[in-house]
Amino acid sequence: MAILLIAEMREGEVRHATFPAVTAAKQLAELLGTEFDILLLGKGAQAGAERLKDLGAANVLWSEAEAVAEYTAEAHAQAAADLVNEKGYTAVLAAATTTGKDLMPRLAGLLDAGMVSDAIGFEKGDEGIVYLRPMYAGNAIARVVIDTPIHCLTVRETAFDAATPGAGSAAVAEAPVNVDAGGLKAKFVEYQLTKSERPELTEAKVVVSAGRGVKDAEGVKLIEQLADALGAALGASRAVVDEGLLPNDLQVGQTGKIVAPDLYIACGISGAIQHVAGMKDAKVIVAINKDEEAPIFEVADYGLVDDLFKAVPKLIEKVQAARAS
Amino acid sequence: MKIMVPVRRVPNPDVKVRLKKDGTGIETEGVNFLVNPFDEYAIEEAVRITEKSGGEVFLVSIGGPENEETLRAGLALGAHRAYLVDLGGECYESSGIADILAAVFKQENPDLVILGKQSVDTDNNQAAQMLAAKLGLAQACFAYKVELQDGKAVVQREIDGGLEVKEVELPAVITADLRLNQPRYASLPAIMKAKKKEVKKVTPADLGAEPKNRARVLGLSEPPPRKAGQKVASVDELVDKLVNEAKVL
Repeated sequence: MAILLIAEMREGEVRHATFPAVTAAKQLAELLGTEFDILLLGKGAQAGAERLKDLGAANVLWSEAEAVAEYTAEAHAQAAADLVNEKGYTAVLAAATTTGKDLMPRLAGLLDAGMVSDAIGFEKGDEGIVYLRPMYAGNAIARVVIDTPIHCLTVRETAFDAATPGAGSAAVAEAPVNVDAGGLKAKFVEYQLTKSERPELTEAKVVVSAGRGVKDAEGVKLIEQLADALGAALGASRAVVDEGLLPNDLQVGQTGKIVAPDLYIACGISGAIQHVAGMKDAKVIVAINKDEEAPIFEVADYGLVDDLFKAVPKLIEKVQAARAS
Repeated sequence: MKIMVPVRRVPNPDVKVRLKKDGTGIETEGVNFLVNPFDEYAIEEAVRITEKSGGEVFLVSIGGPENEETLRAGLALGAHRAYLVDLGGECYESSGIADILAAVFKQENPDLVILGKQSVDTDNNQAAQMLAAKLGLAQACFAYKVELQDGKAVVQREIDGGLEVKEVELPAVITADLRLNQPRYASLPAIMKAKKKEVKKVTPADLGAEPKNRARVLGLSEPPPRKAGQKVASVDELVDKLVNEAKVL
């Protein structure tokens, strides 16, 4: 009655979000009094499996079979469903990344299983495991139970610490994958990834975000300079993405990325409900906005009412001076 | 081309919800309900396809009689007709909704299903993928751009770190992300015309659907509030506090 974590690979590398998801798998397995396995599919999975074997899993299963060499929800969900049925796993989880969100509901559909999205914690209740998850842009925490024999869930990576190596050695083995590559109705074509030297938004210790107040490309450049001075990731509010000033995958909020860095600096962001949902779990929030009535100040630990075009250059200078000393 | 667009009725996402004291749900009194914003992108995309190459767009909304308002708003954006699936007071989570949508699909056999990537109330982001799995169709979630070719769609998808290009055989299920298009505003003549469009009222039984819930919300509670912050007067004071008080610089 073990449980299964589906790890995530891209272009031959295990993605970071897998590590907090391993912690979630470990917690859930402990509550259920069972152990957890990890499944890793895609090119480079064999080498990736070696990286995952000392995180506390009982087994790490991998496959580089043709049908699953590149990610498609169709092939990966089918391969995972076959494995779940064969091994009798009672719960399957993945990180709530764009891949996890694409894959897991399809897998739940194939398994006729109930699903919880974006779990942030687990409790033992009268009816078995109770999953905690945010709803209504984080303004409510729901307690959810699943009524099917198999439970499917995605877990919010910011709610769990990244698993670290050292917890025993898992048995590593090739997973049986019998998905017919020719029978699939979907085909991966290519990635068109944004190349950036900055840290990933969901992994960064410091995030600097641009809102409507930055106005144009020049304003964005200023916020980028602040991010670089701090070694921070760059984020954006939906308004900035809608304007086409920054790409969608930098959008912080209810329908974009959920971040929880040590320090979040919101520049020219009003603080709409949808944006706050994506960053309110940051340890320290700084808001710089010239409108003192802006709702962002209600969640900010430190609020500076000032024109960002005056304040941010000064802040960059100060940060650079502090870093140099 | 025949395109099915499921639409959901959601509380206005720009207003903070209030929870009922007993935690069984949210207060709905005085709350205005709208078409789920992501579904507007889905309607717009479907309407643009039929405007360009012909065909029709039909909407499906699942809930109660009040969903007619949601459907009329969608019809005013250019959809041609609609189904209102009346649950008679029952309530279903994503997998039950997918059961019903699968039954509508089987009645209509559309060439394409487009819907919003998630509803902004429950934020589940599940129904579309579950529907595709139940029907054995391909899926292309979080669409940034959709290009229809002979019997297939080439979709650029929003993923962590950029875009992914995927080809799916039709019929397929596509979910709309926010850069897919800029939804139009309904004109007054379009709103008038929408009042006359067909809204077919059915029950799950009429569709031959046997929806079931596979997950249950036991209750809702308020998240822990953030402690009150402070205003700083200058950049100097801000940096000083970040270094010496918060110790994050």
